[in-house]
Amino acid sequence: MTIARLAGVDVQLNDEGFFVDPDQWTPEMVPQLAEEWGVPGPLTDQHWEVLNFMRKEYFEKGTGPTVRKLGKSADVSVGVKELYQLFPDGPAKLAARCAGIPKPKGCI
Amino acid sequence: MSDPKRLVILGAGTGGTLAANRLRKQFPPWELAIDIVDEDDDHVYQPGLLFVPFGLAAPDEIVRSRGAQLHDGITFHLNRVARVDVDANRVELGDGATLEYDVLLVATGAVLQPDETDGLLGDAWMDSVFTFYDMDGATALHDALENFTEGRLVVNVVDMPIKCPVAPLEFAFLADWYFTERGVRDAITITYVTPLDGAFTKPVASNALGSLLEDKHIEVVTEFNTGEIDNENKALVGYDGTEVPFDLAVIVPLHGGAPYVAESGDLGDELGFVPTDNATMQSMVRPNIFVLGDAADVPTSKAGSVTHFEGEVLVDNIASFLDGKPLEASYDGHANCFIETGFSKALLIDFNYETEPLPGHYPSRFGLPLLKESRINHLGKLMFQSFYWHGLLPGRDIPGIGADMPERGKATVDN
Ligand SMILES: Cc1cc2nc3c(=O)[nH]c(=O)nc-3n(C[C@H](O)[C@H](O)[C@H](O)COP(=O)(O)OP(=O)(O)OC[C@H]3O[C@@H](n4cnc5c(N)ncnc54)[C@H](O)[C@@H]3O)c2cc1C
Repeated sequence: MTIARLAGVDVQLNDEGFFVDPDQWTPEMVPQLAEEWGVPGPLTDQHWEVLNFMRKEYFEKGTGPTVRKLGKSADVSVGVKELYQLFPDGPAKLAARCAGIPKPKGCI
Repeated sequence: MSDPKRLVILGAGTGGTLAANRLRKQFPPWELAIDIVDEDDDHVYQPGLLFVPFGLAAPDEIVRSRGAQLHDGITFHLNRVARVDVDANRVELGDGATLEYDVLLVATGAVLQPDETDGLLGDAWMDSVFTFYDMDGATALHDALENFTEGRLVVNVVDMPIKCPVAPLEFAFLADWYFTERGVRDAITITYVTPLDGAFTKPVASNALGSLLEDKHIEVVTEFNTGEIDNENKALVGYDGTEVPFDLAVIVPLHGGAPYVAESGDLGDELGFVPTDNATMQSMVRPNIFVLGDAADVPTSKAGSVTHFEGEVLVDNIASFLDGKPLEASYDGHANCFIETGFSKALLIDFNYETEPLPGHYPSRFGLPLLKESRINHLGKLMFQSFYWHGLLPGRDIPGIGADMPERGKATVDN
């Protein structure tokens, strides 16, 4: 566990860089998180669509969505291919880190 | 006397068949009418598909008539489900007929969606690119493997969820055995390409399986997200542009729910699976809709063993629902599977929603060894087909093997 200072607040992150407590997250932290995790800027509306959907799913279902679900969701206007351009290196994980939610459980 | 209540079951595979048979035993026909629908009459013992490519099972050994697996007093409709009207409690069939229900059981499993991956159904499909996840693919792959004597074999899972997540690993283990037996193993590389960050979804088992792969000289590429199959250059192309070249590719395509689900209002999620209560198997869509097996979106493996354990809870809950009693929330995510590791050995894993697969023995201290290769586990996997037709589908209980995950006989591991 590490403590990161984001937008002037001390936030707990686990060893893989995911938020321990999603309630610590605020939108102001996103630019710093995006830079830290190598999300190519500038942040667009499409990035925000994804981040908002990640949080919505997490609070409704207890886990963030997989890339396939992101690509198919009506709340997100881009498909899987574009998701990899917005969040290279694994959209679900990267977006989860930026949206302040734990690592999506994926499927078993 | 009042009319019987009407139960309609969609899908006469593992789940639909076992539920129909158990409920037929529990309720006389004058209390409950049971109708079941499937689009074909070929009930495939799907775990057997793994053995077909290696000539260890013949196609006709693992297929039986669906109707013949159903007890008397169950009406079988050989028809496609076209749509469910969840507000009118009505199922619409492919030929325009309709079935009205008081209780609906969705057991239409998962379908393969090779068309969702660019290039997968291209020129190389069924030529140098195959799947063993259906009968046509498994049979065609048998011929392709017979003629394969050198080059790169790539086994790839496009993305989760898939049925029986260990099956592609078993395929790689059996391929190692098969090529060794034929004396060509040294001329062949085997590469296992997965979107996960390890060999399996659960860390403890992932470590055990990872070292088995190493022992067998099977290369592993993790966190690979297949975006496209390049037919001309014979390569998997990841969304990040990286490539894995192959001479023979064995692909597990994307899975989704049956296509009618998307036509049926809010019955399914984005992938066509039905939102379902983890513990009761009642859908979150309507109280009179229940779900069993691969069609449900519950967070455990899509497997026959899961369908079996879920089935026990589900049958009790449909009975309670019909009697107006509260449901029992007792399914714990219990799953177990034999993993074929080649050379007549197998290992066994056992887990649930909360507990990782643990080493030890199943179902008690004197049972089968867990997470360890052994000959007796291999026999367990082979014996299972007979149990499937004669025990599981007709709805007989096996002594000592129940829905709850046993903890006796297991080591404890800190995750
Ligand atoms: C290669 C392979 C290996 C496997 N190995 C194992 C293993 O070792 N151990 C294990 O536990 N599990 C294993 N499984 C998984 C197991 O077979 C499934 O999880 C199990 O059969 C699920 O049962 P089900 O009733 O949900 O679906 P199914 O048994 O698949 O039944 C679904 C039924 O619905 C029907 N259907 C679908 N759509 C429609 C429609 N529109 N209209 C009418 N009918 C429709 C289908 O025809 C089918 O009969 C394996 C699967 C595969 C593919």
